[in-house]
Amino acid sequence: MSLASALTAERVWEALADVPDPEIPVISVVDLGVVRDVQVDGERVRVEFTPTFLGCPALDVMRTQMADAVRALGAEPEVVVVTDDGWSTDRISAVGREKLREAGYGPPTPRPTGPIQLVQLQTGAFRCPYCNSIDTRLDNLFGPTACRSIRYCRNCRQPFEQFKTI
Amino acid sequence: MSAQAPPRTELLLQLADDELVLGWRDSEWTGIAPFLEEDVAFSSIAQTEIGHARAFYELAAAELDTTADELAFDRRPEEYRCAPLVELNLVHDWAKSVARRWLYETADAIRVDSLKASDWPELAGLAAKIEREEAYHALHAGMWRDRLTRSTARERFATAVDELWPYALGLVEGDQRRILCEAAGREDVPAVERGAHVEDWPALWEEMTMVRRTVPGGSW
Repeated sequence: MSLASALTAERVWEALADVPDPEIPVISVVDLGVVRDVQVDGERVRVEFTPTFLGCPALDVMRTQMADAVRALGAEPEVVVVTDDGWSTDRISAVGREKLREAGYGPPTPRPTGPIQLVQLQTGAFRCPYCNSIDTRLDNLFGPTACRSIRYCRNCRQPFEQFKTI
Repeated sequence: MSAQAPPRTELLLQLADDELVLGWRDSEWTGIAPFLEEDVAFSSIAQTEIGHARAFYELAAAELDTTADELAFDRRPEEYRCAPLVELNLVHDWAKSVARRWLYETADAIRVDSLKASDWPELAGLAAKIEREEAYHALHAGMWRDRLTRSTARERFATAVDELWPYALGLVEGDQRRILCEAAGREDVPAVERGAHVEDWPALWEEMTMVRRTVPGGSW
């Protein structure tokens, strides 16, 4: 009996939980919530994931790293990018949010229900990851990557990166 | 690839070419925007638009049995379906660049909204995701339109919008033109249609495709 024959989806999820986000390595692709589905069929493993933003330059690196993690389990990977609206930053786990905050990133606010609206300009919706103050302002809707904005904390006078809500 | 693709692939190529070429044009502001925040903003928007182009090209590539890269970079300049609006070289003219961003986002929101109702599930799902990302572009474009409209650049910006308006109409077709007129608060005029290319296009095509043409089949 080969190793792969005992492979379960749970073991694949555990392996993927060790794959870091290439740009924010404090958080794994599982905590980031981008892995949507894992299906095991004998020695073949299909992993579906959705990038935070379609233009994410880390997409190919993520795909390669997830495929490598599956191969390390002795299985043949098929990593598929799913580009629909079924994923949102609401899928980032509670553990993931705390890891982001500890690393100095404001976790994304919940996606509003109903029509698309942007909370980026609201005051009071964003908390400084350093001092916890809500006295923060938007400095730039766009940041170093597509998924982040730049905000400034008036209380501790520290700029910080705020995850965009998608 | 034949010159005339099936209708739904033709639509995908129009969308993809618009996003790729506009992304390329927006990226021309990287490093020379009026201030640092706009360097970052235009670069980030360019990256997102090119990401949308990739997603559209991948859907089209599956239909045409080719790859996204081949569609994006291996066609002859006359084979691109982009609207002339995105081909215009507007770098060094901030008012026109902002006017194009605002007009493009206004038109793009209308067609993306209609794509969400597509009976092609992959395209409808993709449109819904793109709509969420584009909301950030639209907010940025609207903020700049308001800012220039209220500033000493008001007339210059108004002239830029007047000049680009017939090009903006060329982004959409049929009833979507009427919706665009309402959204932009402007009259319908003869549009600068897709199909013909502006004189700025060949130089951009040369630049965009240079690496692939220099090293055919190369991979990085």
